[in-house]
Amino acid sequence: MNKKQCTAATKLIEILKKQGVECIFGLPGGSAIPLYDALALSDMKLVLTRHEQGATHMADGYARSSGKPGVVLVTSGPGATNTLTGVMTAMMDSVPIVVLCGQQLTSNLGLDTFQEADVSGMSYPIVKHSFLVKDPNELPSVINQAFHIANTGRPGPVIVDLPKDVTSALIDEDTTGEFTLPGYVVRKEGNLDSIKEAAAMISKAEKPILMVGHGAVISGAGQEIKAIVEKMQIPVTNTLLGKGCFPESHELNLGMPGMHGTAYANMALCECDLLVSIGARWDDRIAGSPSDFLPQAKKIHIDIDPVEINKTVQVDCSIIGDAKSVLNSLYGYLEKGNTQRWIKLIRRLKREYPLKYKKEGKLRAQHVIEEMSRLTKGEAIVTTDVGQHQMWAAQFFKTEHTRHFLSSGGAGTMGFGFPAAIGAQLANPGRIVVAVVGDGGFQMTLPELSTAVNEKLPIKILLINNRYLGMVRQWQHMFYDNRLSGVDLEGNPDFVKLAGAYGCKGFRVKRSADVRKVLGAALAYNDGPCIIDAEVEKYDNVFPMVPSGAGLDKMLLSMPRNKLEKPKGGT
Amino acid sequence: MSDFQKRHNISLYVENKPGVTIRIALVFARRGYNIESFVGSPAQDSRYSRINIEATGDSQTLHLMLEQLNRLVDVIHAREYSDEDVIQKELALIKVRCDNNSRTEILQISDAFKCRNVDISDTTMTFQVTGKSSKIDAVSKMLDKYGVLEVVRTGKLLIARGEEETSW
Repeated sequence: MNKKQCTAATKLIEILKKQGVECIFGLPGGSAIPLYDALALSDMKLVLTRHEQGATHMADGYARSSGKPGVVLVTSGPGATNTLTGVMTAMMDSVPIVVLCGQQLTSNLGLDTFQEADVSGMSYPIVKHSFLVKDPNELPSVINQAFHIANTGRPGPVIVDLPKDVTSALIDEDTTGEFTLPGYVVRKEGNLDSIKEAAAMISKAEKPILMVGHGAVISGAGQEIKAIVEKMQIPVTNTLLGKGCFPESHELNLGMPGMHGTAYANMALCECDLLVSIGARWDDRIAGSPSDFLPQAKKIHIDIDPVEINKTVQVDCSIIGDAKSVLNSLYGYLEKGNTQRWIKLIRRLKREYPLKYKKEGKLRAQHVIEEMSRLTKGEAIVTTDVGQHQMWAAQFFKTEHTRHFLSSGGAGTMGFGFPAAIGAQLANPGRIVVAVVGDGGFQMTLPELSTAVNEKLPIKILLINNRYLGMVRQWQHMFYDNRLSGVDLEGNPDFVKLAGAYGCKGFRVKRSADVRKVLGAALAYNDGPCIIDAEVEKYDNVFPMVPSGAGLDKMLLSMPRNKLEKPKGGT
Repeated sequence: MSDFQKRHNISLYVENKPGVTIRIALVFARRGYNIESFVGSPAQDSRYSRINIEATGDSQTLHLMLEQLNRLVDVIHAREYSDEDVIQKELALIKVRCDNNSRTEILQISDAFKCRNVDISDTTMTFQVTGKSSKIDAVSKMLDKYGVLEVVRTGKLLIARGEEETSW
């Protein structure tokens, strides 16, 4: 008797359910029709997006805020290539997403047929792994591999290219999804000798600092970090993506270091004698000049990915493993030292060099963001776009909980913030989600307003509108004699009217005195998304600033009078 | 020789699947390494392949590159064998121009290097030579003055001495 059969596409949806997938973000097309047909026959939720880039950022925001892989389903050719920016964004920040792409018939591959593109080939430099499935019987196994690879070890995006004949083919219903991956090894526990060596270095240090990165967030090491900080009395600085892993309201928290970090974080780093990176990768926003990065300090690096060890900054001790597991084991070997004088200095630096801005006069972006932070009391999930508003959000949106600050750090992808907020809101239905975006980045993915309206998601889109590509304008102002080139966003739409056109609510704030009232009204509106168009001062620059490629001791607290040299670093 | 021109011998044990070669080549290209030779063929267990790569680039990048190679899902193992005592062989086919006057001399040279004559015509002779890459360099240099028409080399093959394996 013949075994019961089903299409490979049906089997795929069944496996997604077994993997715990709650919703899929995507947009169909010819090659993806069998997959969308299987979706129609299932009870899987589809979030129909307006562009494939939006779908990948939504899956990304879903994954960053929940820790579960986000799933994207698009068609071949342009549908798939539109996802690549989102895939690269997820790769740079180690976010688990699985991108399922329809593909032309296997017999048509390589023949320049309609909407055919070598998507797996294009993806190689920007994915953790990618698959092209040619045998329908292998599809179940490949999908399980994709989820395993995306969400274990150092997470990352996985692309699965699915030819139409493969997804349409009938396979046995009980086709096994088993797999072996001999080349894929995840090291969880750190080497005990290295852990003991690190413990001795930390116990001995007089002026230590912990630097908490995205790796700590991903491994869920918040409790372990808190235990070490409180036992050892060590101050903590968190990278942009490490925000929230250790509460920013804690008196030993220094906020973000680096290019636009807090003055006290950078000053403390220049003074410290030991820096312990927990899942942070010495990114060039922090170590602009890696060869002479904080030469006075010994360095310990805890990371799950061996590639990161000594990649840029040379370290004195490295532990390869999962942050939570390593810190758990490290704790037992730590002996309380004396950091009292160090903590005193840290307190003084925090007191003397606070983040500041002018509240009087024109409306300031910092004011709007700080007020939103105050009103949401650290309970909101915040997403950002990329640019000045992103750095102001990093500085002024105090983050208390892990997975509550989502930003495109490594890739710096404009257009990320709003769709990421959609993903975050879907993963966290009860929470306040605030998308802090700029008028430049928002316009790159704003068609997703339809998606947010359809899904009735009460996202607060806090639009920091300075009618400029502000970060580039700032660089041109500071380092290129204020020759403004290609940064004026003249022709911006009226964003409140735009909100109306999409059927969502619009608010506008122009004066400092109205900030609290308008934000309060926006927070009280929960019938769907709303845009808060904050028309802010056009010519504000983000400070502190460490010019790209320079050491942290070259930090500028305000615009200097003398002419500045062009920065040595890349961007 | 300056450090950035140093030659490195790298041995890989990988899954025998489409696309593996590109992923490996991309790791080399991204950090500015030039691949000088590349030998790949199925291992005893045909689900896997062995690849030997000789590449030039600076030693500092090499460590990073090896880790990046090992990070690839399809790579089971990547190791450097540059400074170790491993068995290294290469095979080359050398086609040299000859006439009645030069033929005997050429045969004497080829004999000295234990080359095998695999083809002979009125105007050419083709030899097969095996051994260390430096030996092949030496043969082609000696034959150069007669007019070498073509040299086809396999690239370096590596295997560890004794019980040690170059994989797993």
